[in-house]
Amino acid sequence: MTQAFRLPTGGIIDRSRPLRFEFDGTAYEGYAGDTLASALLANGVHLVARSFKYHRPRGILCSGSDEPNALLQLDRGARTEPNVRATTQELFDGLIAASQNRWPSLRFDVGAINNALSRLLPAGFYYKTFMWPPTPRWWLRYEHFIRRAAGIGRSATAPDPDRYEHQYAHCDVLVIGGGPAGLAAARAAAHAGARVIVCDENPAFGGDLRGMNDDSANIDGKACATWIDEAVRDLSDSADVTLLTRTTAFGYYDGNLVALSERVADHLAAPLAHMPRQRMWKVRAGTVVLASGAHERGIAYAGNDLPGTLLAGAARTYIDRHAVRPGSRAVVFTNNDSAYAAALSLSRAGIAIGAIVDAREDSELTGALAVRAREHGIRIVSGSMVPAAHGSKRVTAVDIESLSGGRGTRVDCDLVCVSGGWNPAVHLFSQARGSLRYDESLAAFVPERSPLAIVAAGGVNGCSDVGGALADGHAAGLNAAAKAGFRGPASYAAPHAEPVAPGRLRPLWSVPARDRSGKRFVDLQNDVTVSDIALAVREGYESVEHLKRYTTLGMGTDQGKTSNIVGLALLAEQLHRPISAVGTTTFRPPYTPVTLGAYPGEEAGAHLEPTRYSAMHDWHVAHGARFINAGLWRRAHSYPRAGETPDDAANREAKNVRTNVGLVDVSTLGKIELQGNDVAEFLNRVYINRWDTLAVGRCRYGVMLRDDGMVLDDGTTSRLADSHYLMTTTTVNAVEVMQHLEALLQIDWPELDVYLTSVTEQWSAAALSGPKAREVLAAVVDIDVSNAAFPFLAVGTCTVRGAAGPMPARLFRMSYSGELAYEIHVPADRGRATWEALLAAGARYGIMPYGTEAMSTLRIEKGHVVIGPEADGRTTADDLGMGKLVNAAKWCVGKPLLSRPALIAPDRWQLVGLTALDGAVMPRGAKIVADPDHALPNPMLGHVTSWCWSPNLESWIALALVANGRARHGETLWAVSPLADAKARVRVRIGPPTFIDPDGERLRG
Amino acid sequence: MLLIPCPWCGPRNQLEFTYGGDATVKRPLPDAPMKTWLEFVYLRDNPRGPHQELWHHSAGCRQWFKVLRDTQTHDILASGRADEALPGATA
Ligand SMILES: [Zn+2]
Repeated sequence: MTQAFRLPTGGIIDRSRPLRFEFDGTAYEGYAGDTLASALLANGVHLVARSFKYHRPRGILCSGSDEPNALLQLDRGARTEPNVRATTQELFDGLIAASQNRWPSLRFDVGAINNALSRLLPAGFYYKTFMWPPTPRWWLRYEHFIRRAAGIGRSATAPDPDRYEHQYAHCDVLVIGGGPAGLAAARAAAHAGARVIVCDENPAFGGDLRGMNDDSANIDGKACATWIDEAVRDLSDSADVTLLTRTTAFGYYDGNLVALSERVADHLAAPLAHMPRQRMWKVRAGTVVLASGAHERGIAYAGNDLPGTLLAGAARTYIDRHAVRPGSRAVVFTNNDSAYAAALSLSRAGIAIGAIVDAREDSELTGALAVRAREHGIRIVSGSMVPAAHGSKRVTAVDIESLSGGRGTRVDCDLVCVSGGWNPAVHLFSQARGSLRYDESLAAFVPERSPLAIVAAGGVNGCSDVGGALADGHAAGLNAAAKAGFRGPASYAAPHAEPVAPGRLRPLWSVPARDRSGKRFVDLQNDVTVSDIALAVREGYESVEHLKRYTTLGMGTDQGKTSNIVGLALLAEQLHRPISAVGTTTFRPPYTPVTLGAYPGEEAGAHLEPTRYSAMHDWHVAHGARFINAGLWRRAHSYPRAGETPDDAANREAKNVRTNVGLVDVSTLGKIELQGNDVAEFLNRVYINRWDTLAVGRCRYGVMLRDDGMVLDDGTTSRLADSHYLMTTTTVNAVEVMQHLEALLQIDWPELDVYLTSVTEQWSAAALSGPKAREVLAAVVDIDVSNAAFPFLAVGTCTVRGAAGPMPARLFRMSYSGELAYEIHVPADRGRATWEALLAAGARYGIMPYGTEAMSTLRIEKGHVVIGPEADGRTTADDLGMGKLVNAAKWCVGKPLLSRPALIAPDRWQLVGLTALDGAVMPRGAKIVADPDHALPNPMLGHVTSWCWSPNLESWIALALVANGRARHGETLWAVSPLADAKARVRVRIGPPTFIDPDGERLRG
Repeated sequence: MLLIPCPWCGPRNQLEFTYGGDATVKRPLPDAPMKTWLEFVYLRDNPRGPHQELWHHSAGCRQWFKVLRDTQTHDILASGRADEALPGATA
């Protein structure tokens, strides 16, 4: 509660707003403006995690999104989230966090035995050990235990209560990173007249300058904080600038599309009512200014993972920004000048500095910061290194040795601040297919060139001081705006800060090992050590991509931001090659982890895809329909009555169609209107049968093929007028057929005078079917529907009389059930009234609505094929018994390849009907065999495509594709389904696919 | 994600389009020999570099059109109507 390590003054925390929080069951207090990490440090809590593999005690290393250690479980009920970086999580009142990967407690963790056994757990341990015996079954068995042992955090088990949004945006210039370079770039571009978006992953702009306490630095004669405030105000005053904080650019894609993750409410206990939790932005940027800064890296020495070890820049941030004292007595270990700025902050905060251990010789310490530190009287031990740190759950001392050898000294400390240099955050530049160049003076990779419109600026270019970053950012902003055509007033001057004379960095990746006991960590998140890399090289993993996968270097949730370059530098050392020749691994999205819920955004649950409803849908709902999905449509499956199962209902409905009359909603059929002088020719080319003979007022069934000869779709087309036709397609294929026809007309036959319009949504359709269909229809329409006046396959228009008045309709005499049947099409807004008028008129004839299940039963009984089950993309028209339809006198799409030998072979699978014998139930998904007791694999003669209980035949029947099936009528074979049930075997009799009224007398009657 | 310039609607997001394959493949005449038809249906080049291809603005104007796209870099070099030759296209 005391915040014993909070400095009395300073920082950009709000001391008037204390916030309570809990970590591993203990209550603490922090302030508004804290991160979870800074609040823990203010309370003296350094031990926050156990490492992934060895369960070693770990503390907070960084102050930003590069943190490899301090991954905590944030507990908020259904919102519980693992692997939250304490260094980026803003503190809120009531926050509850817990450490991960430990049992039973963080201080005493049984898994730490792995540390003692570490010689048995070398690099590639999983691959070496668990891949034997080499069968998938054994791997699965091991994996169960590995997963439990390696369990970092728990994912939520309850449904996600939060909402996520997607937002598209366009701009001339997208600035990624709102530090000095980014702000300077944004202002330059905005003043030139460009539309600008600036995003920064932190809660406020300013980058590394945010909250920094350094009186010597100023911009344009003002304190840095003042300049930042003015820059942000200037930008927010511009109508063409969008400022996004808490927003990470995580992915860079073709066409300069950049994906941003905006954490709208993650700094709150829960989103407010109007808020999404997160918003994913998809920004199309004319030019991107990448001002993503740089990540500090460590140096690998024994015990460099002890709690109390911080990167020097992070230590400085906690002191200056959060007014936190991360220790009482520090040792700084560095090979470059930036750690001296941290040392000066430590000194200002009253932290004793045992020494600055610098790998460079005294003569190299000429940089401005080093000179200032010396002036402050800080002890500098040059030409030296820290070979080892000591302590168990917190560092207690370090050894200091000269790089040239000799006896070392031991210095007590509870804080080690390390800097091995800075890695420019080139991730997005690399994702933008940009090449990287190894810069010897920085000992790091910097952006070189990208084919996309991206300009790097500031720290990512290797700028190490504010003045350089500002100048670079300003130039990048002007450059980016100019690329978008904005060359605004040159009067806007670049911001200025005095340059700081830099000192040279001396590359130092690891210190030599003194003995085998101390682990020198490269990748702290995945517990990869210097020795692991050496071992991998000895075993032949010389490619950087192989090294990564074998050792898991950089494969944690931090993607190796602090460790990758160290790892590949060590690889280069081992291989005696220059680092530039070793290269980097591929940078891939996401830059930082992105919550899975943000990817689908609103397109989840019921909004996963659109749902289509027919105009009669509400009637179906009101009358107890069960629904199924057909493509995007919701269709009535059946209308169960009290006490009926859906199957009972479907059987009743199917039987009623054959005895009385039924009505089914077929609005979902695809409907395409064709107009023009060449429609008949066009139909001749796309259907296998002939169309130039179709008279006005008539319709015809047709089958379309793909170019390879397989059946694509079927349906009817009606000739409504001389040059006006209506085509119907199957429900599920409507979109594909439309696209197919458009391609033929636009690409292959632009000379044909044919126009296509999809009218699926515009017309409702109902099919009236059964021996009493004519009586029902006659009662509601104004035309003569006698067999003579309106015969089979007639098409006409009429008016339907209903309670709401007369309704214009298109009438078609066609049948899917095999009974006397009509289709009535009306404008969609009259769909329900027409439906109700038909039911009312049919009441005295015993009419019942029927759903897709009864419709399916009726079509199986009639032997009608369906695109999908029977026409499965591998069947020809002849396989389906429709070879006669292929007109010999004309060409059509797919016909040239129909004569290929395999498509006319006698053993092709052909459509047949099956009747289950012995009163048996047809098994699901059965295959057809001659002998069910044949040794496995049992030769397959075919398979069942559709099956049902036929209430009209009172037996189980099926359609099937069977080798040479048409020649097997009368044979008895077996339907077996070992997957459904090992004993599922049924004797079936093969016959023609049409079970009911094979001569079609009913539908013509 | 590609930004595809529809000749009718201007640059639009790739999500609005359906890919249609090699635009240089021409549908044979009906009486072409079997070999020609087999090549038309099954054989496609897989070039590295500029590729003339068909795209359908399926969630837009419903027009099929041509795009010259570099398959290596995904850069779109030109686009045009289905019935016109693309500038810079070799075939
Ligand atoms: Zn278009």
